[in-house]
Amino acid sequence: MTTLADDVELYGCLAEFVTPEELIDAARRTRAAGYEQVEAYSPFPVHGINEALGLRPSWIPRLTLVGGVCGAISALLLEYYCAAIAYPLNVGGRPLNSWPSFFPVLFELTVLGASSFAFFGMLIINGLPRPYHPLFNVPEFKLAQRDRFFLAIEAKDPRFDRVETRAFLEQLPTKAVYDVPE
Amino acid sequence: MMSESQHKEPIGSSLPQASDELPVLIGKHTYGSVTDKICDIVLTRHTPWFWWAGFSTAVMFLGALLATIYHVLTTGIGAWGNNIPVAWAFPIVNFVWWIGIGHAGTFISAFLLLLRQEWRTSINRFAEAMTLFAVTCAGIFPLMHLGRPWLFYWLFPYPNTMTLWPQFRSPLLWDVFAVSTYATVSFLFWYAGLIPDVAAMRDKARNHWARLFFGVLALGWRGSARHWQHHQSAYLLLGGLGTPLVLSVHSIVGLDFAVSLVPGWHSTIFPPYFVAGAIFSGFAMVLTLAIPLRYLYGLEELVTLRHLNNAAKVLLVTGSIVSYGYLMEAFFEYYSGDIFERFLAVERATGPYAWSFWSLIGINMFVPQLFWFSKVRQNVKLLWVLSLVIQVGMWLERFVIVVISLQKDFLPSSWHKYYPTIWDFSMFFGTIGLFFTLFFLFIRLLPMIAISEVRELVHIKQEHVQ
Repeated sequence: MTTLADDVELYGCLAEFVTPEELIDAARRTRAAGYEQVEAYSPFPVHGINEALGLRPSWIPRLTLVGGVCGAISALLLEYYCAAIAYPLNVGGRPLNSWPSFFPVLFELTVLGASSFAFFGMLIINGLPRPYHPLFNVPEFKLAQRDRFFLAIEAKDPRFDRVETRAFLEQLPTKAVYDVPE
Repeated sequence: MMSESQHKEPIGSSLPQASDELPVLIGKHTYGSVTDKICDIVLTRHTPWFWWAGFSTAVMFLGALLATIYHVLTTGIGAWGNNIPVAWAFPIVNFVWWIGIGHAGTFISAFLLLLRQEWRTSINRFAEAMTLFAVTCAGIFPLMHLGRPWLFYWLFPYPNTMTLWPQFRSPLLWDVFAVSTYATVSFLFWYAGLIPDVAAMRDKARNHWARLFFGVLALGWRGSARHWQHHQSAYLLLGGLGTPLVLSVHSIVGLDFAVSLVPGWHSTIFPPYFVAGAIFSGFAMVLTLAIPLRYLYGLEELVTLRHLNNAAKVLLVTGSIVSYGYLMEAFFEYYSGDIFERFLAVERATGPYAWSFWSLIGINMFVPQLFWFSKVRQNVKLLWVLSLVIQVGMWLERFVIVVISLQKDFLPSSWHKYYPTIWDFSMFFGTIGLFFTLFFLFIRLLPMIAISEVRELVHIKQEHVQ
């Protein structure tokens, strides 16, 4: 168990667990104790943790829809502009705005827009890329990418108190509790 | 119909296995042990002899590709055997062959993700890498076939001093958009899946440069619940978008042919039958790669007989669809009553290229039928040989479609046989070199199996035991 000196500013307190079930249980109890700034870390997506932490549904699906609509509209405008305004070409007497032939590119650009919004939206909402984070100061946190589960209560939580919060985490079935320096 | 609760399940979970099914994961594994198993292939100073052997062979072929590109750029595409009427020869045959191979990667990653097939895990990562590298190889051919590849950007719509704009009514332009979208989305999908795994590599690596390399790639991933929530949402959506995309790409490749009036090309069955053929050849490539990899790197516990067995079943299904395509194509040619179409059907079976037609029929119609037998599906060595044979068969299919249809079209005065030159062959084998060079670099530098997804599989397995 790592405790830091009182004059070191804290990012929060980090508790280590061995199983995902313990993590979910700890998240529930932490929330029940009134903590709001709580985050869980796991080496794979844990089923049920979002509910335990009270996370709101992700914005990604809506962003993806916006991306798809943007892609579709830009494809239609582009094709209409090229075929009917900028470079009108009579092909076998067909109308210049021959929209049935525009569908393949319309589809491709819809998928491209939606996928880009999904991917880059995911990065932006997750705050990535972010090379430095206070949690990386805890050597044991490396195990979060391997086989351990962590729960952090952040210092910006109004109920956070470096002694009491630590004591609260220690009474959970945790393997260890670490102070995380800012 | 899926119930509400099933929607919330993590990706990769599914119902308990039936007892007669082969396992997707063998042995007592923990989250840590699967992480070690996959990371240790990369995080070691020791590079195995077979890696060097394979990589150096691939680089030699890559050298042939570069030499060919140099020759073709400096003398012009007359270095190849393409000529009127067979203006689309090896470059287009090879383009379609490579694009098709790529499709299995997206199919495994995206479509099987939506179907919650747990046997997708542990083969999806390298299948996706295979897609990316196959698309890279495919792209070289039309690019070089332009003749002046440095003007490739003329294909895209942009305001220019020539006041020219691309023709959106042409399938060749659809192809530009389809292939470039496909390459982009495949890359995003692959990288999205890779982020948590390179974070695992970053936190496991001890070497400073390795930490820096994986640290930059991981973008600061911490595996928080919020990270995972958005990541899983985006990943599933990319899967949902990738599935119709993969169907559209090869349909459009099929339309490149079908929209023309050339006998043997002008057929409505082309788009679906091209898609089935693509997945057929791609799964063959997955087996070609997976079988030696699992043996050489000792990954038999992660890439099990179940994976090989199921891939062989996919070969059976897609091979049968392709066979149906051949039969329907022949029927349409007869039923159209068009003399040129009928002539082409006879020409294919009895003309100077009949050897390629009958080899293709022999391979693509009969070899997949062997996969009705579990003894064949689970005989690893035989499966590997058959996977190579299928790729030859699918290459021949594209050869038959492109070359036989073009060499004798409407006017006998313009008939001309096609003879490839040495540069056609060196270009083709050169791209195989490029593919394997990239693939060997990938297995040496990045985790070839999706670590976080295998951990999830371990978790599901533990829950079942409890």
